[in-house]
Amino acid sequence: MLDELSTRIPPARPDDEYLMRDPASHPPAYAPGYKTSALRSPRNALISIGQTLSEVTAPLFRADELGALDGDLIRNYAKTGLPIGERVIVHGTVRDQLGRPVRNALVEVWQANASGRYRHKKDQYLGALDPNFGGCGRVLTDEHGHYVFRTIKPGPYPWRNRINDWRPAHIHFAISGSGWAQRLISQMYFEGDPLIATCPIIRTIPDEDQIRGLIAQLDMAATVPLDSRAYRWDIVLRGQRATWFENVLQANEGEAR
Amino acid sequence: MTPLLRETASQTAGPYVHIGLAPEAAGFDIFDRNFGNVLTTSETQGERITIEGRVFDGSGTPLRDVLLELWQANAQGRYAHPGDRQAAKALDPAFRGWGRACSDFETGAWSFDTIKPGRVAGRHGVPMAPHVNLWIVARGINIGLHTRMYFDDEAQANAADPVLNLVEWEVRRKTLVGRREQSNGKTVYRFDIHLQGDAETVFFDV
Repeated sequence: MLDELSTRIPPARPDDEYLMRDPASHPPAYAPGYKTSALRSPRNALISIGQTLSEVTAPLFRADELGALDGDLIRNYAKTGLPIGERVIVHGTVRDQLGRPVRNALVEVWQANASGRYRHKKDQYLGALDPNFGGCGRVLTDEHGHYVFRTIKPGPYPWRNRINDWRPAHIHFAISGSGWAQRLISQMYFEGDPLIATCPIIRTIPDEDQIRGLIAQLDMAATVPLDSRAYRWDIVLRGQRATWFENVLQANEGEAR
Repeated sequence: MTPLLRETASQTAGPYVHIGLAPEAAGFDIFDRNFGNVLTTSETQGERITIEGRVFDGSGTPLRDVLLELWQANAQGRYAHPGDRQAAKALDPAFRGWGRACSDFETGAWSFDTIKPGRVAGRHGVPMAPHVNLWIVARGINIGLHTRMYFDDEAQANAADPVLNLVEWEVRRKTLVGRREQSNGKTVYRFDIHLQGDAETVFFDV
């Protein structure tokens, strides 16, 4: 387990390079079952570049940039009362591939409401808007790489792909870690949802283990009795490797190591 | 072999990415402070520029639901991040160097108001030409696309840039260069991105 090993892994330094991304961990750009990808996928190979300061640095965020309720989707848009739906806490850790916590990562989430409707002027689904639910939030990870927010469990909804495709309940995540190369957007699903098996967007991922990695598990230990259930979803960002011998990234201007 | 965790799988940002990352564009007000496409304040040092363009799909149609993020160095060529130890270049307290922009829901046009970055040290100390880094996500894009925009008035620096020179096909390097224009008294760099087709933009595996 990397958790146990992590104490023997040196802490990442802010200009350490990132491990090569493994394309087998991700969907290909073009996945025929997800029709929109047909015209939006590059046909040429990506050009692989050695990382520079441009890729290992990234914006840093401060707690005072976020509002006190930004991580509480149950309350951050409540106008006349509480939103309708199942109350859930969603939490987990953000770690890198070497098991090190990613501290101060910006975790931004967005989702449909309990009836599967997004508060977005382009969403015309029949499911009703909830006057007390916005559907977005954001938090920073703590010193252990842990994040937590509270929300209403989103509903599934139909979408135009094949004639009768339905998205399983899901929450969108955008994670900004320590380096630009770590930037990641993904979606979190809920354990036991039967729509996971047939979702064309999930099926863009060719690897079953990687699909399982997107499914949050019911976490009774974090459930609040008589209040909210909890789901746990852990996130892994690209790992930073130690650059032991020479500072390739800024060789003539940084101090020697 | 030392075990490694696998990176969490990417999924598309979907059509409603604005709700999470730019709720004002989605049509509602929820956060006190929004992250947007203006990177400068009156205090920021450097030449004011606007970068604008559209993102086109393989049919030549502009994407009207795309979101871009931009990351760049300051006017002296230093990133606001502890990993950048180019000590001879000062940080600018009025410049983070990061922003995000949504395309217009009708026209597909997006823009950033920023400053022209300086040159940053590249690998082994070889200086890079001025550039901004762009990350593109949208419905139908399964994993965010990385590219860079260079500046067409930096021809000499561009010719020596170690990353541009990794692109074997000279004709494709042109897809990474923004075109300087004057528009209503502003300096604009026009930078259209093509996801597919004859003019497909170079995207990077970083």
